[in-house]
Amino acid sequence: MLEIKNISKTFNPNSINEKRALDNLSLTLNDGDFVTVIGGNGAGKSTLLNAIAGTWLVDSGSIVLDGEDVTNLAEHQRAKFLGRVFQDPMMGTAANMQIEENLALANRRGNKRGLAWQITPGEKEYYLEMLKLLNLGLENRMTTKVGLLSGGQRQALTLLMATLKEPKLLLLDEHTAALDPKTAKIVLDLTVELVKKSNLTTFMVTHNMRDALNYGNRLIMMNEGKIILDVSGKEKEKLTINDLLELFNKNGELNDSMILS
Amino acid sequence: MYIVYSLSLNSLLKALPGNVAQGMLWGIMALGLYITYKVLNFSDLTVDGSLSTGAAVTVMLILKGFPAISAVLIAFVAGCLAGLVTGFLHTVLKIAPILSGILTQIALYSINLHILGNKANQSISINEHHLLLSLRDTGKAIIVALIFAGILMAILYWFFGTELGSSIRATGNNEQMAKAQGININLTKMIALALSNGIVALSGGLLAQYQGFADVSIGRGAIVIGLAAIIIGSVIVEGKRKKDHNFILMLGSAVVGGIIYYISIGVVLWLRLPTNDMKLFTAILVAIFLSIPHLSLKKKEKKDAGN
Repeated sequence: MLEIKNISKTFNPNSINEKRALDNLSLTLNDGDFVTVIGGNGAGKSTLLNAIAGTWLVDSGSIVLDGEDVTNLAEHQRAKFLGRVFQDPMMGTAANMQIEENLALANRRGNKRGLAWQITPGEKEYYLEMLKLLNLGLENRMTTKVGLLSGGQRQALTLLMATLKEPKLLLLDEHTAALDPKTAKIVLDLTVELVKKSNLTTFMVTHNMRDALNYGNRLIMMNEGKIILDVSGKEKEKLTINDLLELFNKNGELNDSMILS
Repeated sequence: MYIVYSLSLNSLLKALPGNVAQGMLWGIMALGLYITYKVLNFSDLTVDGSLSTGAAVTVMLILKGFPAISAVLIAFVAGCLAGLVTGFLHTVLKIAPILSGILTQIALYSINLHILGNKANQSISINEHHLLLSLRDTGKAIIVALIFAGILMAILYWFFGTELGSSIRATGNNEQMAKAQGININLTKMIALALSNGIVALSGGLLAQYQGFADVSIGRGAIVIGLAAIIIGSVIVEGKRKKDHNFILMLGSAVVGGIIYYISIGVVLWLRLPTNDMKLFTAILVAIFLSIPHLSLKKKEKKDAGN
């Protein structure tokens, strides 16, 4: 599904702020993998996610998605493969547009956009059914502007938008970090439900070790732009928070938010 | 005695149709500005230049014997090109929006002089040419302006309801979201800038015919008048309820805002205030309308706090 080979990325090269964010990193994701990614601040988790999403181009190496080399494709060109949810609940939706308009935009991800009407009547029914899955009552507010929704509602909607048109890969960038614990739980459960429904290949960055252990079939730990741990299946199930803490300690990358979470 | 005579209501009413006509023409310009300012969220200063371009192109083509309507349509295309230049500076050369617009605007000053045959202005007489409208017949001018405003509003309402139009709105809302949905935001910005400046140039072409000449500096301060129209309009429509607004209502309010702006100017002239201070009055007027939503909100908060 996803084949990353020897990618590197250095920010602010040749300056005092030079930072090697990805260091000759390789990673292969299989169809249906649900990977949780952890690591300290600056370990490169979000950088790796952004490299896949195409926020910028990598300095070297290659990225192949679903058999297509996307290494040099712009962000909007890669979007046809990817569903994305951001850390900031405001990032994933258009605030001044209606709920159904946002869904219609998401439903056309990767399509050419022409002069056809933005929403067809048949689509509305489909969106209504999908919104019911969220259990937030949004199905009764299809023409409400998204800016009037709460952060949790917006994040749930973003999640629905990311999966509405089945992506080859779902990218979640600490998507519950900005939510209160209760809402975070709802959004996470919803994530699992939507991922299961279509058996989506998922790449979830988190700083919550418990979530990283509880969700998914595979866990990656990063440090200094490299993958320092990659476990899956039974091996991952046996993993405990103490194991992870020990690993963090060994790499001197333990931070408060991780201990507290 | 003289002052009493000069402030007669009669003279104010006599000036009214002209103010309405001119206000509507600037309202058409505001429709164009609405696309960049409100929909794309892009402060585009190209308009001061592209309005003059539209006026210059229209007048020169009519002088060359083109029918007035096709001259105006070609002016629209010329305006689109000006918008594309700003779009190129911003999306390809990564120059900040305001600077991109200013650069195009400055460049257009020279280009407009060239279009006008290296003169600062060119006149067209209604006696010698067939014009769409003229200040000689304000009634007809209002009808022509109304037709153009109506057609443009219908087209814009339709366009921004299409897939392409909604992707432009998404770009204006949230670029990151737009990119994640596979929208090429460079393309959507280019289209919006072209469309916006095309409409501005078209209004310039109508204005030139109305006043009977094109002047290289006809567009000076256009952005302020356009913003005034949009803001006055939105203050009227939004008023107390800051809720959902129909897009076509917002467009219509911009045109109405233009009319109200010109009636206010008419009142200022009627009061015999010095015309040299006109721009000062304009700035004060716009500042007042800009602050109304904020001030009324404050008042409401105070009231709520009191309860």
